[in-house]
Amino acid sequence: MTNATTKTILDNGLTVVMKEMHHAPVATFMVWYRVGSRNEKPGNTGAAHWVEHMMFKGTPTIPAGEHDRTVAREGGRFNAFTWLDFTAYYETLPSDRIELGLHMESDRMINAIMHRDEIESERTVIISERNMYENQPLFHLREELSAAAFRVHPYHHETIGDAADLATMTRDDLYGFYRRHYAPNNAIAVAVGDFDSAEMLRKIEHYFGDLQPSQPPDPITRTEPPQKGERRVTVKGPGNTAYLIAAYKAPAATDPDYYALAVLNSAFAGGGSLGFFGSSTTNKSSRLYKALVNSELAAGVSAGATPTIDPYLYTITTVARPDRTLAEVEAALDAEIARLSMEPITQAELDKAHKRARVEFIMSGESITNQAQLLGMSEVVAGDYTWYETALERVGAVTLADIERVRDRYLRSDQRTIGRYVPQNGAV
Amino acid sequence: MSKSFPNADTIHRYKLANGITVLVYENFSAETFVINGVMRGGAIAESAEKGGLSAFTAASLMRGTVTRSFDDIYEQLEAVGADLSFGSGRLLTSFSADALVEDIDLVLSLLADSLRVPTFPAVELEKVRGEIMTRLHMRANDTRSMAGLAFSELLYGDHPLGKPVSGHIETVATITQDDIVDFHRHVYGPDGMIITVVGAISAEDAVARIESALGDWHTPDRVALSAIGAVHRPDELVRTHVDMPDKSQSDIVLGLPGPLRSAPDYLDVRVANTILGVFGMFGRLGKNVREEKGLSYYVYSVLTGGLLPSPWTVRTGVAPHDVELAIDSIRAEIRRIQDEPVSADELADTQAYLTGSLPVSLETNDGLASIIEDLELYDLGLDYLDNYRDAIYTVSAERVQQAAQTYFSADEIAIAVAGPQRSS
Repeated sequence: MTNATTKTILDNGLTVVMKEMHHAPVATFMVWYRVGSRNEKPGNTGAAHWVEHMMFKGTPTIPAGEHDRTVAREGGRFNAFTWLDFTAYYETLPSDRIELGLHMESDRMINAIMHRDEIESERTVIISERNMYENQPLFHLREELSAAAFRVHPYHHETIGDAADLATMTRDDLYGFYRRHYAPNNAIAVAVGDFDSAEMLRKIEHYFGDLQPSQPPDPITRTEPPQKGERRVTVKGPGNTAYLIAAYKAPAATDPDYYALAVLNSAFAGGGSLGFFGSSTTNKSSRLYKALVNSELAAGVSAGATPTIDPYLYTITTVARPDRTLAEVEAALDAEIARLSMEPITQAELDKAHKRARVEFIMSGESITNQAQLLGMSEVVAGDYTWYETALERVGAVTLADIERVRDRYLRSDQRTIGRYVPQNGAV
Repeated sequence: MSKSFPNADTIHRYKLANGITVLVYENFSAETFVINGVMRGGAIAESAEKGGLSAFTAASLMRGTVTRSFDDIYEQLEAVGADLSFGSGRLLTSFSADALVEDIDLVLSLLADSLRVPTFPAVELEKVRGEIMTRLHMRANDTRSMAGLAFSELLYGDHPLGKPVSGHIETVATITQDDIVDFHRHVYGPDGMIITVVGAISAEDAVARIESALGDWHTPDRVALSAIGAVHRPDELVRTHVDMPDKSQSDIVLGLPGPLRSAPDYLDVRVANTILGVFGMFGRLGKNVREEKGLSYYVYSVLTGGLLPSPWTVRTGVAPHDVELAIDSIRAEIRRIQDEPVSADELADTQAYLTGSLPVSLETNDGLASIIEDLELYDLGLDYLDNYRDAIYTVSAERVQQAAQTYFSADEIAIAVAGPQRSS
């Protein structure tokens, strides 16, 4: 029932990835732009995310607010998201209405108006969004942690942007950012679902084929220099719950070490191991859970890497129980990481990780929206949708020797940043 | 691709002798399955002094059984990448599981073990208690949670709907092993349970395996749930504030007791609520509060509509100095949908959305299982989805206005705010 994935590049540079899935009368159309907070500089942090909001604020033919109403009227779902490396938009619709998604995405790829009044109205909405995050202790901690871990590279700042920039960015800043990054040669169209690929390609050519390519955006030149020693940040705030994050420098998605680190994580920490969307399993049989949670030091622990274009972070996040200190949690974490060398991951643990990866892979591909997200993300972060499609082969090829190699290379205290949220008991 | 919805021809319904209803929908598009279940019994069966007992019990089912330790359970489950979890609501305790079909016997065995013969080891209960306590402390530092908590207390008072299912730090501290063992003995049982299976397994095969796992489960000590008292609507505007001085934004919850799912005008109020705060980007509320005034990232209305008069609510988060403007704007939209008939275009759009979104909702095993469970739980009939389109299209502008006047109010309403300053 499922055909092979195909990839075509149109004359104007638009990458088109298609996969037929006929289990339900539904289709998803996505457009991914190779732009995220990675492409921002001090002064315009948050621009990629703000531009994403403005894509719902009207073109000459589709007025503000009409996009979401039109999709809803046809029984569809839509959303958009901005992350370090990408900005993506999707419509999931009954398959006989999917052309609507193509029409609207081609329109806003070049025709967004970004009227000054709409920019100002959205400025307060985005500041409100940032305030919502600021109400969460872990947001503050992650923001400071990224800033400490990346001194030079733009992974330094959060995708929402710094409050100072949200207050001062102008319409010209945002419109310029849009024009530089939104063009067919900087985008990937992904269609997944109940359609005929040849017919879908004709439709995509019809809606996108005439759009003009632009100058490629500037390459990212601010490479992060090697880290030379552990860094530590402390954030104080309301509440009486303490959090600890250990963030280790991790390889890029295309690095051969990426999948080995993912398998190490699965064997060590459990949970969703591959960094894929929509997968979640418990991790109560993992070494890390037993050491931190079963020992009654922490109320929960999760860990994982994120596939990214440039080297990013492998993070372990824990929440301490009220009667325990962060020092106790950190000592237990250090002991468990040290144990990985004294008692390396076993073949039985590796076999379990392989089986879990197989299930995660199958489950993550069940929904067409998920499939489209995984294919699009792979194209952006690895330049190749097969990065996801071959995940099982790559995971299966990881050996115990590979796991020991990535353990020694990445799980080093001088390559990590420790973040501590110290509660001030204010709100309890 | 066929557009037929699950109906009486394709949903296989069985009744086991011990009172469990099993619904199976075959879907061979992937080698996976999901099992969802609901059991009658939840926080409604606990006392105020032991608030959180039902949730504590559900969270402890997988901490050890007569045949397996906590470590055994999760080692076996996670070794095959399967998921199984239990949770308590007010009236119902629910479970859900997913896995590859090749592992269905293991999942059913763990499910049956956890439901039927949990041992609630004392040492494990203390671990669970510590995790619950941590989450309660986190809740106390979360504006959205605290606004919701204060809203329920304000609206429902001493009624069971006024208490949080997760309990309070003080009540969870008093729960003993005996309390949990007794709760399980008196509240848990098969009669009235609904189990829904969707996946790559034949109906006969699925029901035979469930019969084998749970068919001989009998619970002679189970006590019938007592009746739930009536809820009262406020006859004026009532308001409360939770002071959380170090927060960046305030969260607001407004609302009233909502209709039961069985209410004859349920679909009318569903259409009204969709127009008010759901359609597109948060309906009329989104257009007013987010698009035009730029006050908020989110503002939406929620209609629960279950077996209890759970609340109909409007929720938003705004800067502390915008609280009054946000509340006034929301109340103005509530008044407008009560005072004026909705336009023909709005009604047509919403009808198209509510009917057209079914195929997308039914795409995954999870989505299918959730909707099929509702058909049984709310006694809607297995052909409900085939008749749903006609039912939505018979809703008129007059009926929408009538429903808004019956169930919404701008002036006799409960409002809770959690955030930095009292702004009234």
